[in-house]
Order: sequence, then C-alpha cells, then structure tokens
Amino acid sequence: MLFGYSWDTSHGEWAFALSILPMLLRGLVVTIEASIVGFFVAMVIGLALAALKGARSRIVAWPAAFVTEFIRDTPLLVQLFFLYYVLPDYGIILPAFLTGALALGIQYSAYTSEVYRAGIEAVEPGQHEAAKALDITPRRTFTHIVLPQAVPRVIPALGNYLVSIMKDVPVLSVVTVLEMLNVAKIIGDQTFDYLVPLSMVGALYLILTLVASAIVRIVDVSLPKRGLSLR
Amino acid sequence: MHWEAYVGPLAQGAWVTIQLTVYSTILGGIMSFASGIGKLSPNWFIKSLSVIYIEVFRGTSLLVQLFWLYFALPIAGDLIGIDLRLPPVVAGVLALGLNIGAYGAEVVRGAIQAVSRNQYEAARALNFTPRQALWRVALPQAIPEMMPSFCNLAVQNLKDTALASLISLSDLAFKAEQLRNYYQNSETIYTIILFMYFGMALVLTAIMRTLEHSVSRWRRARR
Amino acid sequence: MTEPIIAFDKVVKRYGSHIVLDELDFSVAQGEKVTIIGPSGSGKSTVLRILMTLETISGGVIYVGGEPLWHERKNGDLAPAGEAHLRKMRTQLGMVFQQFNLFPHMTVLRNLTEAPRSVLGLSKAEAKARAEELLKLVGLTEHADKFPGQLSGGQQQRVGIARALAMRPRIMLFDEPTSALDPELVGEVLTVIRRLAEEHDLTMLLVTHEMRFAREISDRVCFFDKGKIREEGTPDEIFGNPREERTRQFLSAVREGK
Repeated sequence: MLFGYSWDTSHGEWAFALSILPMLLRGLVVTIEASIVGFFVAMVIGLALAALKGARSRIVAWPAAFVTEFIRDTPLLVQLFFLYYVLPDYGIILPAFLTGALALGIQYSAYTSEVYRAGIEAVEPGQHEAAKALDITPRRTFTHIVLPQAVPRVIPALGNYLVSIMKDVPVLSVVTVLEMLNVAKIIGDQTFDYLVPLSMVGALYLILTLVASAIVRIVDVSLPKRGLSLR
Repeated sequence: MHWEAYVGPLAQGAWVTIQLTVYSTILGGIMSFASGIGKLSPNWFIKSLSVIYIEVFRGTSLLVQLFWLYFALPIAGDLIGIDLRLPPVVAGVLALGLNIGAYGAEVVRGAIQAVSRNQYEAARALNFTPRQALWRVALPQAIPEMMPSFCNLAVQNLKDTALASLISLSDLAFKAEQLRNYYQNSETIYTIILFMYFGMALVLTAIMRTLEHSVSRWRRARR
Repeated sequence: MTEPIIAFDKVVKRYGSHIVLDELDFSVAQGEKVTIIGPSGSGKSTVLRILMTLETISGGVIYVGGEPLWHERKNGDLAPAGEAHLRKMRTQLGMVFQQFNLFPHMTVLRNLTEAPRSVLGLSKAEAKARAEELLKLVGLTEHADKFPGQLSGGQQQRVGIARALAMRPRIMLFDEPTSALDPELVGEVLTVIRRLAEEHDLTMLLVTHEMRFAREISDRVCFFDKGKIREEGTPDEIFGNPREERTRQFLSAVREGK
C-alpha cells in the first residue's frame, strides 16, 4: 500500500505495472514540484552570486567566486546531508522536501550564476556609459538597466538547467522525499520486483525530459528578444 | 573531537572515491568516443545504436540508472536465465561511466563536426581512407576542442561518485555517513568531507588542464 | 596526336536547378600546362574539384589517362564508380588549395610524409627522403620541424605544393593558389609553380587570377563563362587578340581592377 493504492502482484507483469502506475505518477508530481522549487531557488541565489561576483570590491567578489567554485566542485548528495543534519542544529527545521529543494537550488546556483554573468557581460558597455551620463547610481543602473536586458536573454540557458535539476531530484530520496525513484524503490523493497517499477521510472523520465526540453525550446523561440541580441 | 578516529575511515573512503572516479572516467571516455563517432557513422545500425544510447542515458537520471543496474538488472537476468548480479563497484563504475559517456558523446560529435570541411577535402585529395581521415586528420584537431568540456565532465563525474554510496559502496560519502551515525557530529564531518571533495576536484582539474596542454601543443605554435 | 590525359565529354554539373557546368567538352594533353580563367561563378574551380573527386558530376563522362574517372567499365557499359575505383584514380592527381588546407597539428615534415606513409605505404626513411627533397625544391628545408601556424601564407602554400607532389601525381591541379595571399607573398609561390612547369613533365591545370603569370607559363588558356569554354587558345591569342567580346570585357575588367 502506498498513497492509498495497492499493487497487484498476482496477475502478471502488466497488471502489476498498471497497478503501480498511479503511485509512480504521484511520485512524478513530487519530482516536478521539487524541480520547480529548486529551480526558483537556483535562479534567485544564482542571481545574487552573479551580482556579488561582479562587484567592484574584491572583498565581495573573491569570496563570492570562491563560494561558487566550492558549490560547483562538491556533490549534491553531501550538500544535501549537510543541510539536512546541520540546519536543525541552528534551529532551522524544514520539511525534508524544502531542505531537498534548497539543496538542489544551492547546487545549481553555481551554474546559473555563470549564465547570469554571461548575460550581464553581454550588455553593451555603452549602456553603462549612457547611465553614467544620465547620473544614474551604479545600483540603479544594475537593477533597472542591466538586469532587464540580461535576464530575458539568459532564460533559455537557465531552462536547460531546469531539465538537469529534474534528473537530480532522485537524490532527494535519501532524505525520505517521496519522489518518483523513491516510490519505485519502496515498491521494489515490498514486492521484490525492482525490474518493473525501476524500468517504468526510466521510461517516465525519458518522457519528462523530452517534454521539458521541448517546452524550453518553445520558450526560447517565442521569447520576445528585448534589447540587444546575444549574438 | 576524534581526529585520529576520522583519519582512517576518511582515507579509505577517499581512496574508493578516487578509484571510482578513475575507472568510470576511463569508461566514460571510451563510451564518449565510441558513441560520439558512432553517431556520425554512415552505417545506420551503428548510428541508431549510438543515438539510442546517448538519448537514454542523457534523458534519464543517473541515480535511476544506478539503481536499475544494481536492483533491476539481476531480475531481468533471472527472466532470461543469466546471472546478472553485479558487485556494487561494477554497477557503480558502469552507471557512472555510461552516464558521463553519453554526455561526452555529444562533446566528441560536436568537436568532430567543427573540424573544417577543408581538412576533409585535403585528406581526400591525398587519398586517405575515411577512417584515416578521421583518426589522423580530424580527431587530433578535435580533441583539444573537447578538453574544456571533458574537464567539466570529469569533475561532474567525481561528484557523481557520491551516489555510489547509496548502493553500499564504501566511498567517501558512505564513510561520512557512518562516522556521523557513530559520533553524531554532522557539522564537522560534512565540512571535512565537502573540503575533501573540493580538494579532489581541484587536483582533477589540474590534471585535466595538464592533459589539455599536452594535446594542444601545436595550437600554441605561432609565428 | 596522342590520347589526351584528361578528357571531359559533355560533362554536366548542377546544384539543384543551377547549372554550373553545361555539357562541357574539354581536354588536356600529357604534359600540357593549361590555365583556366573566367569570372567567379563560371565553374572554373568546379572543374578542378570534380577532377579531384571532391564533387560528383550530374552527367557526362570524364576520362583521366584513358580511364573513366567517375565510372567503372562493367560488361562494356559505364556504371557509377565505387570508392575503390575512385581511390585508384585519385593516385594520378594532386591538388593545391586556395586556403592551403595544411594539417595544422602536424609539422611541415609530417604534412609531407603522412600520406606517402599511410596511403602509399612508404617506409619512414623513404617518406622522409622524399619530403626533404621536395622541401629543398620549394626552399623550405630549414622549416621542416615547424607547425603550419608558424609559417607565412606564402610558405604555407609552398608546403601545400610539396605535400601534393609527395604523392607523385601525374596531374597537378592548382585552385587559385595565390588568391588567399598578401600581395607581397604571391611571388614566391608563383616562382615555385613556374619552376615546376619548366623543369617537370607534369600535366598542370591552373585556375588563377594572375593574368601575367598565366600568360608566362601556359601552353593554352581557356576562358570559362557560364559553365562552358567561351574561348581557348595560346596565351598570345587570348591575351593579345581575343576573338570574343565577352573575353575582351573580362580581361579589361581584370586589368582595371588591378
């Protein structure tokens, strides 16, 4: 029994597969939710890291660069364990799902910050000069002139990371998040048949990433190209 | 603190992580070239085999692949009467290598296709066979192009080895989990572990850069 | 008259609906030096590229040394050639490219020895001896261990010529060999080609915009226009007293451009 559904192990492989599909789909929903939350965290923290790395003061820029590199070079699994076991020591008690999504977001912020930086650097120097000539403060230049031009351009590149995040969600199973792989693993542990549920997860993943990639491509094509072209 | 008690297990774990990384990176490299070149093959069978491999391993999750090889493959073997139970280390190296190889294949394909048409024409005019043109003309020029991406993939692979702890391979992440259970000192343990992975990634990056340097010597020869 | 070494028999080349070669008849005698001139897009480079088997033909037959190039004789009929036949035919031809197309990852010496060794099966020593002889011919002996990126354009093109000669072809094709060069480097490449023309019994087919050079070295000049030979003759006839209005227009346009 899982999510109120029960599996059928007595009428052959197809009946079994059909009986566990609703459970896997429940897991799939969790997978998608975790991807989306994680993606938003990655967008926000990545932007912050990109802004800090681009700061004129080295006291700000260098630590930000180090943190990015450190996050990028260490495994998601260990970062996740760190958050899961250490945050409560500081009185931060989050549901496993949120801890997991946070870990995903932090891991991918290292990648998204690079995307933002490329986008920011692609904004023409003339824009800065124009802002300076108009006596706009550096901070306001960044938030009101540079970012509105950079962000729409980097969205497709960020979207590719959404697809990558989806493929990393199964790691969250180690902190009891009931995403798709965890559901399949539990079914396997109970029924001693891992082949059917794990193969179904593989197939569902293929569909999921195919659809997600297609959506990213559609967004890329339909996005209004504001400001200057990346090319 | 239990420094002396940490050192032994962590060193053992790190050694397992290093071995996993080395073996799976080598397997991944072989798969990258085999399927990256295969995808460009005029032979439809080799081509579709390569495409299917690349799409399946890029389209699904590494952990799903790892679990499938470790938990599901033996059952599939049972059905056809073959013993396909894999030791954790074999399942781990296979999953990691096949996964990273699928990503590497796209790097190889892209770099080969980026070699100028002129080079292939010169090779044809000199009567090289298509195979000679690939191995003697195209690949030596394409490999330096691949190296930065290969460097990223190798680091990615090092990080991915941590997942092997989930099929009870006693790598660094596994040892950390054991120590945490025993000493209930999560913050220290995980901080140490994170820095150990970071250090290994830096060393790996340095190795890959040296490799890149040595395969692209001709590119630095300028007037 | 002996049998021509190259003969085009109503050769057609089409890209989609665009006709590049229009039932071209054209032949070159053994040892002859022929220059092809004409406006860009007239199909003159295509003639060389088809001979080198870099591009296929859409119709007609080409003979090289009496053998069909793009066809094989089967039961008295001509069938499209397989790769083995093309490989056999290619051994008679060598090509020098506009963009040199040297292998950038090999030293000059390796550029010259790689194909003789792996295609012709020469020993390392044989290939090296052959390469050194050719480097002497093009005056680059002291650059043998450099990479192409370390050489000037003119030097690279001389290596390109030596590389093609290393395969001992009977026919040399030069596809605008000086067009990619800075003006001051053109001379050294032309000197090498001139020496080849004077001292060797090679058959040479040259596409060029260097009119004075063409006049000097050619036995015959062909003016190409719209996929056909509009006019051909000795250099003196073509450059001194062209019959066709179109040829005259082209030549005066080239002179004004200089």
